[in-house]
Amino acid sequence: MDLDLLRGAAVALPDLLGDYTLRTVALGAAALGAVSGSLGSFAVLRKQSLLGDAISHAALPGIALAFLLTGSKSSLVLILGAAIAGWIGTLIVMRIVGTTRVKEDSALGIVLSVFFGLGLVLLTAIQKRPDASQAGLDRFLFGQAATLLYRDVLMIAGLGAVALGIAALFWKEFKLLTFDPDFGASLGFPIRALDVLLTTVLVISIVIGLQTVGVVLMSAMVVAPAAAARQWTDRMGGMVVLAGGFGALAGVSGAVVSSLGERVPTGPTIVLSLTVLVLVSLAFAPNRGLVWESVRQRANRRRLHMDAVLGGLYALARQHGGAEHAHATAALEALHPGARHELDALAARGWARQTDRDAWCITPAGAAEAERRHVGAGEEVEP
Amino acid sequence: MSENRPTPAIEVNDLTVAYREKPVLWDVDLEVPAGVLMAIVGPNGAGKSTLIKAALGLVRAAAGQVLVHGRPYAEQRRLVAYVPQRGSVDWDFPTSVLDVVMMGCYGALGWLRRPGRKEREAAMAALRQVGMEDFAARQISQLSGGQQQRVFLARALVQDARLYLMDEPFQGVDAKTERAIVTVLQELRAQGKTVVVVHHDLETVPEYFDWVLLLNVRRIASGPVDEVFTDENLRLTYGGRVPFLQRRSGDAPAAHGGAPGERTLRAAD
Repeated sequence: MDLDLLRGAAVALPDLLGDYTLRTVALGAAALGAVSGSLGSFAVLRKQSLLGDAISHAALPGIALAFLLTGSKSSLVLILGAAIAGWIGTLIVMRIVGTTRVKEDSALGIVLSVFFGLGLVLLTAIQKRPDASQAGLDRFLFGQAATLLYRDVLMIAGLGAVALGIAALFWKEFKLLTFDPDFGASLGFPIRALDVLLTTVLVISIVIGLQTVGVVLMSAMVVAPAAAARQWTDRMGGMVVLAGGFGALAGVSGAVVSSLGERVPTGPTIVLSLTVLVLVSLAFAPNRGLVWESVRQRANRRRLHMDAVLGGLYALARQHGGAEHAHATAALEALHPGARHELDALAARGWARQTDRDAWCITPAGAAEAERRHVGAGEEVEP
Repeated sequence: MSENRPTPAIEVNDLTVAYREKPVLWDVDLEVPAGVLMAIVGPNGAGKSTLIKAALGLVRAAAGQVLVHGRPYAEQRRLVAYVPQRGSVDWDFPTSVLDVVMMGCYGALGWLRRPGRKEREAAMAALRQVGMEDFAARQISQLSGGQQQRVFLARALVQDARLYLMDEPFQGVDAKTERAIVTVLQELRAQGKTVVVVHHDLETVPEYFDWVLLLNVRRIASGPVDEVFTDENLRLTYGGRVPFLQRRSGDAPAAHGGAPGERTLRAAD
């Protein structure tokens, strides 16, 4: 490892932590990552991953309209506009699904693109106005974390706490809504109203991230932490907490990494950090991880193949009236391609014996084992 | 209705349900006396599940009403337990068997309150009743189809209801589970509870149930199995070709529904 680089990092780290801008950005990104990550778990479990995308895109015209109507550039005003537009967008989706034959994914796609298109038109119009050159609304498109102020962080944390509080309060009801809404309705819970409430909570968790991450990438903050967390746990509580942790971790590391280089955008860096988390989780999580899955599968296949070779040896021995009868490796290879490999494994267990350089026979222990496992008993070996 | 007759467990009057213009249930009248074990049978698309869902208020009726023990369902929720089709939920959901069964307590708990020790004990008792107590801590994705069904049944048992509405509880379960479920249903009936089951296997109707509704959008017939489970009514329900009937007439020529015919049929098996 390059010592200079290490020394440089060691010097830079305290510097970074002392940096006011970085601290603000990191705090804000951590807060929004924790909120959108944990609440995104509900969207993922309800198979509404695209809903986050629709909400964030639908928020854009709300931001533009809020500016046009109030002339204010304050984050709180713009985010309120975003929330209202995002909320209306999802209500329209629910309405389309409830009253027409259009399926939910299509409805989400329609609302997403129509609202986003409208938002772009409004943004362009605003940029042409003489008084609006400094509006800086385009920061909401791809996110511009450097524009975060301390009071923005407070707002993110405050609104996020409200959203998390609602989810904690209605934990049991939201779980019922997510797992089995029909059963919930039969118990008398107003499932439609709970659906609207949960969606509202999700809207809040999304709009607080728009200034940092932007409408285009925000849905990753909703979906990715939950998808990663699901790999590691089989309990909903664990998943929500872990997803929040992943979101916060990605927020902080994205903020730090982007501050190390010149002109590295924060939002995309956060999303890239999340991608790493997702990839690691998909590959290495116990039980559900792809790596362990393939290890297990290989071990399984190996065991089955070994059973087959043992069975073959046993059948041959019985046909030839004695365990001592040895068989050419080539014959066994013809019966079970790749048998050579398994024979060594069988020998290691004392179930097979190499009688010659190129011949094998089953041992009494191997015959007993084959008997016990019911392999090779009814097998007829064609000459 | 005469005054000294006991209130039926379910009373359906002129119920019509339509998805868009197509009627799924047409002008159905039905009375289910309390304390029976009833099967709803009929071909695919006959509206069997819809009838249960309409009774629960899960689908809107275009016309008609459903009374549960004499009053609208909304006032009688505590008396009713619902077992949805197994396939209606995602079994990869991150939760445990015990947690799913405890959902049966959510209605009695009401808003905001969390299940506690009392609910956990009730859920464990229900799991014991269906022979699943060893699976309480299991993640639900590790269950077989029959085990999933028993978990759903346990969740309904926790509700301690008077009327049980079950949507295809025998769908895709092994013979052992089917036996276990039937035993539980018969125990419920023995306690004086009413059990209504959407059922597919005509052969087992006379053996498992004492009451039956034959449904095909309209109500074809309903009543005691030995009275209404006749070749004639089955033909009306399923249209001309009923493989079951051909088998039944071959195996037991005298069969006119009812337990004796069923016994000959089973003996022939």
